[in-house]
Amino acid sequence: MQTMIEVEGLTKVFTLHNQGGIQLPVFSGIDFRARQRECTVLFGESGSGKSTLLRSLYANYLPTSGSIRVFHRGEMVELTGAPSQTLLDIRRETIGYVSQFLRVIPRVSTLDVVAQPLRERGVDQDRAHQCAGELLERLHIPERLWSLPPGTFSGGEQQRVNIARGFIVDYPILLLDEPTASLDQRNASVVVELIREARQRGSAIVGIFHDADVREAVADHIFEIDPTQKSESRAAS
Amino acid sequence: MSTQPLLQVREITKLYAANKGCADVSFDLYPGEVLGIVGESGSGKSTLLSCLSARLAPDSGSIHYHNRAGESLDLYSLSESRQRQLQRTEWGIVHQHARDGLRMGVSGGANIGERLMATGERHYGNLRGTAEQWMSDVELDIDRIDDKPTTYSGGMQQRLQIARNLVTHPRLVFMDEPTGGLDVSVQARLLDLLRRLVTELNLAVVIVTHDLAVARLLAQRLIVMRRGEVVETGLTDQVLDDPQHAYTQLLVSSVLTP
Repeated sequence: MQTMIEVEGLTKVFTLHNQGGIQLPVFSGIDFRARQRECTVLFGESGSGKSTLLRSLYANYLPTSGSIRVFHRGEMVELTGAPSQTLLDIRRETIGYVSQFLRVIPRVSTLDVVAQPLRERGVDQDRAHQCAGELLERLHIPERLWSLPPGTFSGGEQQRVNIARGFIVDYPILLLDEPTASLDQRNASVVVELIREARQRGSAIVGIFHDADVREAVADHIFEIDPTQKSESRAAS
Repeated sequence: MSTQPLLQVREITKLYAANKGCADVSFDLYPGEVLGIVGESGSGKSTLLSCLSARLAPDSGSIHYHNRAGESLDLYSLSESRQRQLQRTEWGIVHQHARDGLRMGVSGGANIGERLMATGERHYGNLRGTAEQWMSDVELDIDRIDDKPTTYSGGMQQRLQIARNLVTHPRLVFMDEPTGGLDVSVQARLLDLLRRLVTELNLAVVIVTHDLAVARLLAQRLIVMRRGEVVETGLTDQVLDDPQHAYTQLLVSSVLTP
């Protein structure tokens, strides 16, 4: 199976310059791999750095040291120190990221918010809207809401809009930060289905799931982050 | 990916005094890319923008622009008339104060048509038709086409300025605080409009703003300036979510979120 993400010796320390230069170490020396057609769940206590690792994989956080390489357009590409153009291309083509919270843009309709990643890849508006509609329907967002900006939606609805946006492109790598956090059972199981379908298509999935049922339903591997000792990977039971 | 950069900026310096102006700025800008320049007032953002758009000769450094014809032009070795021609045809310049970018003595329609006439269009019907089209594209009431911009509100003037700039289908647009001084509701409308136009027309944009929310919404990449120097660069969300430099950390942590 193709290795899609390869992390070596990853260390992250936050330096707060305006608080007397205090240093907050998050984790150090992490080695991690994610392969095609597998779902890896990041596991660890609150504050152990799961989200920080996930954000680093998306080049949203800058590693303090170490290497992150991803399989992009047929070769392994180093994220750290890559030019912005390369990073933007990787995000457009290779890596999708679903955060916990939707960043709402005033005046932009739900359908457009969801369709945007497809539009950025050059898909025409009708086709992109059709795909967006199908996903919104699966995630039980009523059609009468599609033309409205999601700013006034409930937390759970906004999260489902965010999930639809993340799954609209068949990304080779998909990063999920608690996608089911504020969802009811019915919608959580739709997300589980979506994850399984993405894995079936060949995506490498790395996610954080607090909900034990969801975690058991999707995990092939558990990667436990232990900030004090060596982090390790094991097969899901 | 393999395309040529539109703009190649190398070690641009323009100093009025120590730390006043901009020093040693280098970057590449690619077609379709939106680059934000952020920093507090007096950090040199607008000076840099003037240098980039051939309105202020730098003390040192070079700027190369890759034009439609595929030539690489050294901006400050061009004659003034060729610089002006670039500004009128391949570029747009959106000023913070719409009055600086509009002709206040002629109608809204004429403001849009003027740029087209400068590029050779003479047919009145075409000029009027295009002006009407652009008025509606920037959400201005077509009935106001014969009114002078002095009778427009601030938000309308700003949208007219944008239409005037985009009518010649520029490839590169420079914007100096385009939403500064506008009501929040008007700002949201303008931002949405800019976002749509940037995507539809595949514009490259250099936008100066002190508003980090505006930068996050429009720019893919950021340059953070302080006292004339670039202190940090990177993807917009990376710079705002994991700022490395003390000044950027201060800037990000000082923003009020309602």
